[in-house]
Amino acid sequence: MVDVPLGSTGAVASHPIDDVELYHPHSWITKYVFSQDAKVIAIQYSLVAFSVGLIALVLSWLMRLQLGFPGVFSFIDANAYYQFITMHGMMMVVYVLTALFLGGFGNYLIPLMVGARDMVFPYVNMLSFWVYLLAVLVLVSSFFAPGGPSGAGWTLYPPQAILSGTPGGQDWGIVLMLVSLMIFIIGFTMGGLNYVVTVLQARARGMTLMRMPLTVWGIFTASFMALLAFPALFVGSVMLLFDRVFGTSFFVPSIVEMGQPLERSGGSPLLFQHLFWFFGHPEVYIVALPAFGIVSDLISTHARRNIFGYRMMVWALLAIGALSFVVWAHHMYVSGMNPYFGFFFATTTLIIAVPTAIKVYNWILTLWRGDIHLTVPMLFALAFIVTFVNGGLTGLFLGNVVVDVPLSDTMFVVAHFHMVMGVAPILVIFGAIYHWYPKITGRMMNDILGKLHFWVTFLGAYAIFFPMHYLGLMGIPRRYHDIGDMAFVPASAHTLNAFITVAALIVGAVQLTFVFNLFWSLRYGKPAGGNPWRATTLEWQTPETPPPHGNWGKELPVVYRWAYDYSVPGADQDFLPQNQPGFTSTAPGGLHG
Amino acid sequence: MASILFFLSGLAVIAAWWLSRQGLMSKPWLEAGTTDDLPDTENSRATPSKIGLGVFLAVVGSFFALFISAYSMRMQLPDWRNVPVPTILWLNTFMLVLGSLALQRGKSSARRRDMHELRVDLLAAGVSTLAFLSGQLLAWQQLAEEGYRLTGNPANAFFYVVTGAHGLHILGGLVALGRTSERAWRQQDSEPLRQSVELCAMYWHFLLLVWLVFLGILTGWGGAFIDICRQLLT
Amino acid sequence: MAVALILVLIVVGSVAFHLVSPWWWTPIASNWRYIDDTIIMTFWITGTVFVAVVLFTAYCVYRFRHRDGQQAIYEPENRKLEAWLTAITAIGVAAMLAPGLFVWRQFITVPEEATDIEIVGQQWQWSFRLPGADGRLGASDMRLISADNPLGLNKEDPKSRDDILIEGGELHLPIGKPVKALLRSVDVIHDFYVPELRAKMDLVPGQVSYVWFTPTRTGSFEILCAELCGVGHPQMRGTVVVQEAVDYQAWLQDRIVSSFAHLMPAPRDLVAVPD
Repeated sequence: MVDVPLGSTGAVASHPIDDVELYHPHSWITKYVFSQDAKVIAIQYSLVAFSVGLIALVLSWLMRLQLGFPGVFSFIDANAYYQFITMHGMMMVVYVLTALFLGGFGNYLIPLMVGARDMVFPYVNMLSFWVYLLAVLVLVSSFFAPGGPSGAGWTLYPPQAILSGTPGGQDWGIVLMLVSLMIFIIGFTMGGLNYVVTVLQARARGMTLMRMPLTVWGIFTASFMALLAFPALFVGSVMLLFDRVFGTSFFVPSIVEMGQPLERSGGSPLLFQHLFWFFGHPEVYIVALPAFGIVSDLISTHARRNIFGYRMMVWALLAIGALSFVVWAHHMYVSGMNPYFGFFFATTTLIIAVPTAIKVYNWILTLWRGDIHLTVPMLFALAFIVTFVNGGLTGLFLGNVVVDVPLSDTMFVVAHFHMVMGVAPILVIFGAIYHWYPKITGRMMNDILGKLHFWVTFLGAYAIFFPMHYLGLMGIPRRYHDIGDMAFVPASAHTLNAFITVAALIVGAVQLTFVFNLFWSLRYGKPAGGNPWRATTLEWQTPETPPPHGNWGKELPVVYRWAYDYSVPGADQDFLPQNQPGFTSTAPGGLHG
Repeated sequence: MASILFFLSGLAVIAAWWLSRQGLMSKPWLEAGTTDDLPDTENSRATPSKIGLGVFLAVVGSFFALFISAYSMRMQLPDWRNVPVPTILWLNTFMLVLGSLALQRGKSSARRRDMHELRVDLLAAGVSTLAFLSGQLLAWQQLAEEGYRLTGNPANAFFYVVTGAHGLHILGGLVALGRTSERAWRQQDSEPLRQSVELCAMYWHFLLLVWLVFLGILTGWGGAFIDICRQLLT
Repeated sequence: MAVALILVLIVVGSVAFHLVSPWWWTPIASNWRYIDDTIIMTFWITGTVFVAVVLFTAYCVYRFRHRDGQQAIYEPENRKLEAWLTAITAIGVAAMLAPGLFVWRQFITVPEEATDIEIVGQQWQWSFRLPGADGRLGASDMRLISADNPLGLNKEDPKSRDDILIEGGELHLPIGKPVKALLRSVDVIHDFYVPELRAKMDLVPGQVSYVWFTPTRTGSFEILCAELCGVGHPQMRGTVVVQEAVDYQAWLQDRIVSSFAHLMPAPRDLVAVPD
């Protein structure tokens, strides 16, 4: 595995560490390309994920153009439309959100926030990125393969995913999709091992679990869940690939396709759905938990107030992580599975709402009696609360088995999951980038552009997805290339669809200001100094900004306090860095509970 | 999905046990300024690679538990026809057990710094594992000749895919074992070498366990065992 | 200030949109009014929470915005407050879950007197089978499907003789009679969905699923496929026509000629069947 033992707790931390050869890159290539520095790997991950995100964004534009103005764009035929939705969904969920939160933020923040020099297996970490890149290339190559990419929907339900009535089903599309997913999972496992073991083994002296910032808790829990959930997708992909390539019958029963009987028998389509959602539901929380963690830190830092109910926040994270493995079949209420499962899964699903609600309360209670600085990261955090609460509450509709019956497979579902696992986590990603950009580059991002980007993105995204719920409530199914004439759909619904499309185009376009801001500020941004937000966590206390490979110079930090000592009564400034010894809080609040 | 849930509950118990020793109930804001009373002294004893392999085995375990879940879900449908268990599988099992034992011995040889013994153990482990793999290939050939082809029915497909996946994991282990052996021949004993041997042994034991569970299900003993447990409970 | 105001406007706008926008569910035409009621109740509970949370956020943003000399309070936690909030949330969740499970029980418990009908999906059309005079559907098998036996009925089964087949046409149902629809697919997964009936269920190849409902309003309603089934997915439409009992009987008489026996006479009674 790896031969370089890095600072494990205690022994190494207590005395100055000798120069480690590894931390001195010898050439440009080892510094920026085949780098083993988690921070460089984080940026590589993020840049690739952003590029995939831009492709997926353009795909969403194309779909919206077809839905808003059906028939106007003749090149978006049914085939192309289904390929667009499939690639958009798969790219966004797996290759963008998972990769950004874990590969991007995980790599950058975990070693810095727990006070380590790097990940524990830097070589495996580097491989993880290159394997991820390979997975992305295989996926994107399906655009150029004969027959184009798969059009099976991101859920890839067999038998249709591998039959000729679906784009890419009997061509290369589905094969490349499955192979790419398998490569991704292998790459992720390499990274995931690093994230988990680094948190377990490489924390600085004094960094007990309960002193860790919630960002680390969120990414740690999510990584662990991802390690256990992705195998389900892997197993499903292997079996589906065998069905497609070798003609086995894992998921294909005896069927008659377009009048021709197929030489298969005995497969179970529901088996795939169980495997898929056994991955698919934890995946929602794999994206959400890092967002929860990050937003907690954003709110706390910019409201100058300790996160309210830290212990509850940690327990809730763990509870959500554990519960999310026993709710998967709530995606299958109308799938024809044993209907009695509905009772169990509706109950577990609604129970998960309780720890989630506690987190929301604690965020807003952190704002309460705080000292709120409405910086760009804080604005994004507030927008996260609004969109997440909105999307989370509509989840109570869909989780409650009988309410799901009329709503499932309609635009209501599309609106719900975009709000809760699309818009909300992406707002956190933006907020986090505005927040940590000064540490990564040493310069602040432009504030005016940031606010423009924020308001258009937030209000625009809300305008896209809030009204969409009502299209679903009306009964318009999802995944319709063309609604056509439906007796129960009034003409005004088409106007609403056109409105949503226009909003989507605007929101998409305004992301360019963000991309511009990223590059412009690199050169012209205000110099930030080491700790512009006056934050307590370790990453802001590095001797140099941006931190070099090895992070901490000669001596590892020692941690004396939890991550949320903001506005401690009697202290001479409104924050106490985690590595600052001495001052002990005598606040009456500290004695509560 | 009972198998995977069972497996995950096992992991959850371990996680809960570990977390319970991490002071999750403590109030960190009251403990500012101290670094001495850290609860994680036992952490620092295990090396990162050992913990890393442990986590990796959790992933591999979840992978095979899911296969077994799928297998047993499919098995419940009325048209299920088991694959006959080729006799050679028993020999293969014996070989894999030998490999595991050899590595276990290698572990203690390494601890005793007996390089000669260690080399013999590593060689024995490699040879018996290769024998296991070739035996598996023979089993495939036999079944295919008897007409149990991959596409014949779901039971066949499961057999080939699960044994194949298990074989690939063994093959991956052999790469690591090869590198360890190379090191054992090239240099005298060292801490990294001892660690590698330990990691190999851990990996082999785990894959042996996976194989035994799968074999138990193939022969139907697993089902019988579960039935007995169920009767004991009710 | 502006931020707080915009948050308030989002709440006001969302509630106003909910109340006055013309986009709402279609009038119901089945017995599943309970489902609608559960949705309305869920809207009330979740709506209240949404309004409360966002307004409270807006209040905090306004009241505790940064001003010179202001310091945040230091209060790591407040067990009592958290316990209260947890309890209230649990009650709210239970208030949604309990009626939901109660209605789900009804949804999956088919009444004794329900008539069996069969709905078959294939890429990309709907077919139906009514039981005929004996009130029972004959057996079917995927392997029997052929050009002149599109649903794969077993002609050896006497119950199948009088079954009425409707391919790609309209499904007629009498008002007020509970129906148990047995759902079958010959190729990929489809989903039987009629917005006005509120009921919905997947048709899965290799198994038979079911859904039941009682039509309560006459008229014709569109059947949509609600599970992606290939490129023709949006074109997979059908019609349910709910009629008064008399009209239904009249229609049924006209369809006797399309019974299975007429379409595909079994060899042994080729002569016996008058035409």
